[in-house]
Amino acid sequence: MALFILRRVGIMILTAICLTFIVFFLTNLYPNLEKLAKTEGNQRMSDEQVELWLANRGYDRNLFVKYGEWLGVVPGYVIEDADGTVRGRCFGTGEEPAGARRFCGVLQGDWGQSTRFGEPVQDIVFKRLGLTGWLMLAVMCVMVPGALIIGVLAGMREGSKLDRSLSTVSILTTATPEYVSGVIFIAVFASSAVGLKWFKGTATSAMDDITFANFTLPVLTIALYGMGYIARMTRASMAEVMTAQYIRTARLKGVSFRAIVLRHALRNALIAPFTVIMLQFPWLLNGVVIVETLFNYKGFGWTLVEAAGNNDIELLLGVSVVSVFVVLITQLISDVGYVFLNPRIRVT
Amino acid sequence: MEPLSWTGAMGPVLNPLLLAAVAVFVVSLAVQVVLSLVTTRPVPDGPTLSAPRSLSDYAGLGVTAGFGLAVLVCLAYLVGGLVIPGYEAKGILGCLSQRLWPVWLSLVVVFVLSFGFKRRLGLYGKLFDSTIGMLGFALVMFWVFAGIYGAMDLILTHDPLSQVSGMKNKVPGTPLSGAEDGDYPYYLLGGDNLARDVFSRMIAGAWEVIKIAPFATLFAFMVGITLGLPAAYYGGKLDTVLSFAANLILAFPVILLFYLLVTPEIVATGIPVYMAAVLFVFPILFFVVLFNSRFHTQPQKRAVYIGITLVLGLWLYLGIAWNADPLGIISFPPNLLVVFVSVVFVNSPTVFRIVRGLALDIKTRDYVAAAQTRGEGPWYIMLWEILPNARGPLIVDFCLRIGYTTILLGTLGFFGLGLSPESPDWGSTINEGRKLLSIYLHPAITPALALLSLVLGLNLLADGLREESLRD
Repeated sequence: MALFILRRVGIMILTAICLTFIVFFLTNLYPNLEKLAKTEGNQRMSDEQVELWLANRGYDRNLFVKYGEWLGVVPGYVIEDADGTVRGRCFGTGEEPAGARRFCGVLQGDWGQSTRFGEPVQDIVFKRLGLTGWLMLAVMCVMVPGALIIGVLAGMREGSKLDRSLSTVSILTTATPEYVSGVIFIAVFASSAVGLKWFKGTATSAMDDITFANFTLPVLTIALYGMGYIARMTRASMAEVMTAQYIRTARLKGVSFRAIVLRHALRNALIAPFTVIMLQFPWLLNGVVIVETLFNYKGFGWTLVEAAGNNDIELLLGVSVVSVFVVLITQLISDVGYVFLNPRIRVT
Repeated sequence: MEPLSWTGAMGPVLNPLLLAAVAVFVVSLAVQVVLSLVTTRPVPDGPTLSAPRSLSDYAGLGVTAGFGLAVLVCLAYLVGGLVIPGYEAKGILGCLSQRLWPVWLSLVVVFVLSFGFKRRLGLYGKLFDSTIGMLGFALVMFWVFAGIYGAMDLILTHDPLSQVSGMKNKVPGTPLSGAEDGDYPYYLLGGDNLARDVFSRMIAGAWEVIKIAPFATLFAFMVGITLGLPAAYYGGKLDTVLSFAANLILAFPVILLFYLLVTPEIVATGIPVYMAAVLFVFPILFFVVLFNSRFHTQPQKRAVYIGITLVLGLWLYLGIAWNADPLGIISFPPNLLVVFVSVVFVNSPTVFRIVRGLALDIKTRDYVAAAQTRGEGPWYIMLWEILPNARGPLIVDFCLRIGYTTILLGTLGFFGLGLSPESPDWGSTINEGRKLLSIYLHPAITPALALLSLVLGLNLLADGLREESLRD
């Protein structure tokens, strides 16, 4: 078991390195750097000036060296430019190069400076991640129990009217992406022209103070899209378990239907949905980006959009690192958890 | 001119009827669901044919009757629109129905023909045994026809890009201000915040989806199949490397990938073209290997098939990937290419995993062993023994994946990535409309419902196909 986890962690780290390298490569392409130089320096820089600007800040060197510096395994650059200004990765302009650390990268906790917000990237990322954490927590509290109940109710009597109705509902929710359901929810529940005006159409105020009125719609919007998928998986798993031999045995023994469902079927039927729920995280991240944009909730997804829209390279890299790690860690938990939950799988 | 009402002259008769039908449907459905939760069906005593009717049966009757009546009333709105003369009397629904007449005609023709030859059409024919499948098929074909006829300019009431002064954010059914002879006199579904016709933009948006989503999905399937089959069949190092690469792409949050790939800066570096150059080789490779493995004992036939594939394939390849069609017929605008490529790129790893899983299962079957004993080549076994036997799940997944691709395209439009800001595609329109959503609903709700119905149709279609393919 320990070896299995160790191997999975190894693969995970390899994947993380590959992914961050790809993001690094894509964000450090020359057109992006040129845009950066022009927004940070001067819009009317000539090509030579752009190149000089980039060279003074170490952007023109080998991609792998830059990646190593960013990661913190290669010493940061120190470049003296033509007019004598010394710039380095590990110290600000005007500071003494002598006192600075040699390595400063992601591993040392130095994630760079955001050009969009003018703050250190790690501060922004973790602050926004906290806000999104509340959203995710609320989504999970709505989505998981809801999906499991729908799935179990539908799957316990396959082919019944209840099953058909619930399956139709889950198909409907999987066919409704967040930007469609969000728009419909706002129109029905929050529009000032027509509609019920029960909730607020924006969640900006929820950043300070979460209330029922400002948080319901974003949470419902994200939860709904994932709910149908998990419910269908649970239904399939439940339906399969209900045809198993031991359920028939229990029936023949005269166990009541309620007891069969609750005591015999449920536990075995919930193994498969566990994996599915864990693997939903990458999709939830999508939903978070859409919903935070739609409801103007300034969390992690909103930061991603801002970073990408404003060519904020360091912030985008920071956001990617966090999202890639969230995805990979949930995958790891899902793999390990599946082995723990399912006694039929033995890892040697 | 007066603004149009929703239902016109049919309203006073049909609206109460529709309300009643919906009420009956909802109430009996609720009763039925509750009953099925608390009671179990009584087991008939002895060889009786007619069990006494229970409350649950009456509820079932109510569901069927309510649903049927509602469908009939909706049909009446549509037929009324075709039959009743005069815009005012037709109402908005009637006018919409009248504008969409080529779609109705095509749908009727398709359904009549398919019903007539149901038993000779294989899996497609069997689809017409399942209500869910038919419903899904109808929804999908509605949008396909609407998109095609929209592009042929048979349905649009106005130009989707032109702005008419005085029509900004007008509600559905507003008469066109300053209408001249030959102009359609109304904005049927209202105007958006740039005073463009919402209905025409919705239909034009359908064409944007119809021309990208199925092909992008098809390309993703070609890539996934061409890589997934050998990964499963050979296993070993090849499998490890390919699976790792697939998991790598799958671990990317899709939106991050889009934000990194679909930007003008990336287009400027030419990366999408190289990606297209790699991804679009796979279909050619697929067909060449397909024909080669089948006809390598008949050199003449093989030469013909492979020749045709190569000529056609390379022509399309040069035109689509490199925008360098020697005949100058095919051209692919660079920002459409980047959308196409990124959608294919995101979809293919999932297809790869599905194909690999199916092939791993099928390769242990006896007929594969028999083919191996006969001395067939590995590619023949993969493409002519394994692939046809995996077709059921693949077709089902294909339908689902077109829906998913539609959602992805909408996401791209929603974030304003790739397509031009004026583009009438549904995602961009929703994004534009959402800014004024709390005051004017129609510009955002219309494309949202359109997208919802298309994706729902594809999901229902997939469900129907799955049910019917499992039956035998």
